[in-house]
Amino acid sequence: MADQPEPRRYGRGLFVVTVAGGLSSLAWGKAAWSHVSGVVSPIAGDIAPILPTQGWRIYTVSDHMPTFDPATWQLKVGGLVETPTTLTYAHLRALPRVEQISTFHCVTGWTVPNVHWAGVRLKDVFDLVRPLPNAGALQFVSAEIPYVDYLTMREALLRDVMLAYEMDGKPLPREHGAPLRLVIPDMYGYKNVKWLAGINLVPQAEDGYWEQLGYDRDAWVGRSNGYSS
Amino acid sequence: MIKYIPRFSRTERVLHWANALGFLFLLATGLILYLPSLSVLVERRPLIKDMHFWGGIGWISLLAIVVVLGDRRGILRTARELERFDHDRLNVGQKINAILMAAFTILFFASGMLLWYGERDTRFHFASTVVLHDGLMFVALGLFVGHLYLAVLHPATRHSLRGMTLGSVREDWARVHYPRWVSDTEKVPDTRSAR
Repeated sequence: MADQPEPRRYGRGLFVVTVAGGLSSLAWGKAAWSHVSGVVSPIAGDIAPILPTQGWRIYTVSDHMPTFDPATWQLKVGGLVETPTTLTYAHLRALPRVEQISTFHCVTGWTVPNVHWAGVRLKDVFDLVRPLPNAGALQFVSAEIPYVDYLTMREALLRDVMLAYEMDGKPLPREHGAPLRLVIPDMYGYKNVKWLAGINLVPQAEDGYWEQLGYDRDAWVGRSNGYSS
Repeated sequence: MIKYIPRFSRTERVLHWANALGFLFLLATGLILYLPSLSVLVERRPLIKDMHFWGGIGWISLLAIVVVLGDRRGILRTARELERFDHDRLNVGQKINAILMAAFTILFFASGMLLWYGERDTRFHFASTVVLHDGLMFVALGLFVGHLYLAVLHPATRHSLRGMTLGSVREDWARVHYPRWVSDTEKVPDTRSAR
């Protein structure tokens, strides 16, 4: 009886191909995933509970997320302004309302397209407090201590920058910064300060929370933090 | 009288359970970081991040310690078994599962370190790192669920769990599921170390 043929040796090849394919995906993974999520997007909502193919991650820097109480919440706007002002939630909601649909980009690589925001433009807040001529930037102070970040006046007045109190047709959820967060779609998420408690107008922008840890102060999507597109 | 035959050495079993323990710990902490509903429920993200990071370091260290202190020759022998895609002591599915999990361990560790270090030095930021890490989680979770089903639930195969816990399996069961291995074991006295 003839000997059985020696089995093919595939194990090492499978191991090497898997490791090499995984490491090479650092170059093509995001583009491939965008394609896959585009294909599954019609059913993404249905399968999200078991397979979240797209969507948010909740990033915080402290142990507990701030809790919103409409009766006591205030937004203090001060610094280099003629009229320092404290807005209650009712005052905030009485300001001119704007809506926009924009894409949210996280610096870690995930993206949420078509987020429907509603809120107020900073220009309408400026009309209340009247910035002094030497105000060159805004410091956004989060109730999530010690989170702060800055925008220059020019950045703050970009067309689609807003203070958002609604997301996708509902009041801003706690994990997304209730009741108010900054939205600047052209910059990575860490500039979009959540749980806003105060805005101070200052002479110039400084390093915010993540910038002190090495992230770029000008966090333009695709043009900062080592990314180029 | 039921006869049992040795199936997995002590080193193989310790390596398997060390890997399973690390994987489950990292899966649990990773899902808290990944799924918004769990992030909101648990909060304490900085603590969970630290647990996930140090759990990863601990996982790799534990595996290395088992390899260094265990039966290294036996591990090399098992690695040679995995090289051949035939049905002997392990079937082809078990071999593919073991090879993929070994490769995934390296990829999980590499992408995890990049995520951690990229937060400290943006030169190590890659837009696809999180895609690789999360994608591995989905595939590894699928493999794990299948493995768990066959090892714990499926009537024909669940006896195999005894081999990975107590080290031996019933000879009559092994004759049905691994006939060539049983026949080879009978031909050649088992030299496999019990370590």
